[in-house]
Amino acid sequence: MQQLEALTREASTLANGSEGRSGRAVIPILSAAETEVGRQMQICNACRYCEGFCAVFPAMTRRLEFGKADIHYLANLCHNCGACLHACQYAPPHEFAVNVPKAMAQVRGQTYVDYAWPPALGALYRRNGLTLSLALAAGLALFLILAVALNGTLWGGGLGGNFYRLFPHNLLVGMFAPVFLFAVLALGMGVRRFWREVTPATGSASLSAPAAAEATDAVLRLKYLDGGHGKGCNNDDDAFTLSRRRFHHFTFYGFMLCFAATSVATLYHYVFGWVAPYELPSLPKLLGVVGGVSLMIGTAGLWHLNRQRNPLHGDAAQKPMDLGFIALLFLTSASGLALWLGRGTPALAVLLCVHLGAVMALFATLPYGKFAHGIFRTAALLRHAIEKRQPNPIGLGDE
Amino acid sequence: MIDVLVVGGGNAALCAALMAREAGASVLLLEASPREWRGGNSQHTRNLRCMHDAPQDVLIEAYPEEEYWQDLLKVTGGITDEHLARLVIRASSNCRDWMRKHGVHFQPPLSGALHVARTNAFFMGGGKALVNAYFRSAEQLGVAIRYDTPVASVELDGDRFMAVRTLAGERIEARSCVLAAGGFESNREWLREAWGQNERGEWPSDNFLIRGTRFNEGVLLKHMIAAGADTIGDPTQAHMVAIDARAPLYDGGICTRIDCVSLGVVVNREGERFYDEGEDFWPKRYAIWGRLVAQQPGQVGYSIIDQKAIGRFMPPVFPGTTGGTLAELAGKLGLPEQTFVQTVERFNAACQTGTFDHTALDDCHTEGLAPAKTHWARPIDTPPYYGYALKPGVTFTYLGLKVNDRAAVHFGGRPSTNLFVAGEMMAGNVLGKGYTAGVGMAIGTAFGRIAGTQAAAAAIARNLDHATA
Repeated sequence: MQQLEALTREASTLANGSEGRSGRAVIPILSAAETEVGRQMQICNACRYCEGFCAVFPAMTRRLEFGKADIHYLANLCHNCGACLHACQYAPPHEFAVNVPKAMAQVRGQTYVDYAWPPALGALYRRNGLTLSLALAAGLALFLILAVALNGTLWGGGLGGNFYRLFPHNLLVGMFAPVFLFAVLALGMGVRRFWREVTPATGSASLSAPAAAEATDAVLRLKYLDGGHGKGCNNDDDAFTLSRRRFHHFTFYGFMLCFAATSVATLYHYVFGWVAPYELPSLPKLLGVVGGVSLMIGTAGLWHLNRQRNPLHGDAAQKPMDLGFIALLFLTSASGLALWLGRGTPALAVLLCVHLGAVMALFATLPYGKFAHGIFRTAALLRHAIEKRQPNPIGLGDE
Repeated sequence: MIDVLVVGGGNAALCAALMAREAGASVLLLEASPREWRGGNSQHTRNLRCMHDAPQDVLIEAYPEEEYWQDLLKVTGGITDEHLARLVIRASSNCRDWMRKHGVHFQPPLSGALHVARTNAFFMGGGKALVNAYFRSAEQLGVAIRYDTPVASVELDGDRFMAVRTLAGERIEARSCVLAAGGFESNREWLREAWGQNERGEWPSDNFLIRGTRFNEGVLLKHMIAAGADTIGDPTQAHMVAIDARAPLYDGGICTRIDCVSLGVVVNREGERFYDEGEDFWPKRYAIWGRLVAQQPGQVGYSIIDQKAIGRFMPPVFPGTTGGTLAELAGKLGLPEQTFVQTVERFNAACQTGTFDHTALDDCHTEGLAPAKTHWARPIDTPPYYGYALKPGVTFTYLGLKVNDRAAVHFGGRPSTNLFVAGEMMAGNVLGKGYTAGVGMAIGTAFGRIAGTQAAAAAIARNLDHATA
């Protein structure tokens, strides 16, 4: 193995000294985390017992060597389900020390930083922890509370459930739209760079309808948390559980329903001139309540599972980021529901401030936090669906 | 007192424990290793050779009993027991639903292993996933499990089992017992004794690597032989393949295999070829190369290929030694340059290149060369050249305890009524020599299950004896 690393380093040095025709280095130098994935993939490719679990291993078998782009692609294809770790005959304490979920997670975290847009803000990923997320939400909420208190309408207020009296609609749009649009732009630019980098390494072909359909299915059903056999993935030990997949579904679909609620409400407002608040059984409220409850259930479950997670899974350094995102989602949904339930009480203004603070913190941290995993993984799954439809570049038949 | 004591923690032991528990017996399983190393050699396995008369879930076409038996007859050169072998074969046709019930998942063959799509059902995630599933199921069913508990000896009353004594000195009684503690492959001293010294004055086994667990020291096997149990098999016979010489001493497992032998030539330390590399499909020949290399000076061989072979075989775990010329490769591998280059050049000149097809027994062969290469012979002439040093890698030894179809341990030809044996400790009854993929797990599963059932019945019968006495 040391020999392999020495060779890799030697090759990298050579390659970076002699530039290719395009003027780009032929083989970019691998980071320590990438070298580790390359080392482990060399072992896995000679074993292949885990091929049935997920997309990573079938993708691996299409390669004999693992360059930077291959490693970035595989790292984002990995769902950190843990199945290959518990099944691995080379896992620690074996001297080969194979722990694919961990090695992949470390590179994955690094790719978020590397592909971040603008690049200078990539460092935010490393600081986007639980404390920061909550502090940001609390800080923003406090700011709003103070602003409202100065206005004299913080408690009681006789607002009649209409929060536009506190924060006019246009003010809210002016606050949230730029932050949200920036998040979309930043993530879009980041994933575009990722896509460009991994495309030549994944067969270069462009997206076809069947490939798009397959990847969409894999994303929407979270296919690769089913363990390959439908019994689920691992959490605390070698037993399979569907709870991670299910709580993730609650979270994802809850989030999407809340997003849909906001979108429908926007349409109501601008197209039909129907102004909030909307009450049951209006569509925005229905979507919002179901979405909010689902998001609370999902994030509470994911939080619990994250705390129970086997310490060998994934990258411990990224846990604060995971928990920060989960906490903000929970806070957003919980405060949103509280706002609805407390709309007729004197606490309306405070609840509104807390909710807006949570939403603003969520939006602000969106492009440089755990949310990115969904975007990058979807891109990797799309590339996988494209790549698997190309002829296998390795002559290794089943000879 | 517990009913059934199972000694060992691999596939056969777990099958025995699960069957005994399902039959209503109380079961205690003693695993020599710590938890993280549990499962013996089973953690390195990947499939089960299965008889089937029609396509079955992951198995295509049919693999009837007779064909399975003929395959076994061929690889063992007839050193097998037809009655026991057919028992294993038939059991392999109907054990998988039971395995699934205990959490084992099957999958179609892995890429690079399609040649066994018809005969072998692969465990999803490999043998360690199977071992994990069985341990989970055993725990759920209430089998008591103790790790770090190697057993040193068995206490007998005539041919009746009384108790075991652990290495730590604890005495554990049970009404019946299943021994499933593996072969003796990780006992270097015993291997040395078995293989002895060769005509060159070498102790060949000193250069063997062990592909599997370090915990198969054969302590219990040795003890049983000393206690007068009937044995079967030759101590030098084993599942032995040629593996990368850089593999770790223990637990190298599957990934240390070198699968390019049939695509090039293999030379020994002197730079000479010594066997037909293209005799048959590699999956049918890989298991003889361990012994072939063991017979060479220094117990080392060198698999040599050129650029044409790259990508045509399972990628090796360690990178090959490369050379721009044959002479350079010889230098890097430490082979005598002149002889080596001459060997390859003579081989190249003898190649009658036809239509190369690695998926068929093609017409590329040598003429006027000894030993011949009868298929896939193509000149080694396209640099870079690659070399992989090979050493014999022992998977498991075949010397074991003689059994009948009830898996009973025998003493002077008489079967014990409450002592049974399964797995590698008795695989030699079926496998006198040679190997074919997935048959070890077939033997372990069949006899593990039989031993568990018999041990439970023996324990329950003994319970009744006590109750009526």
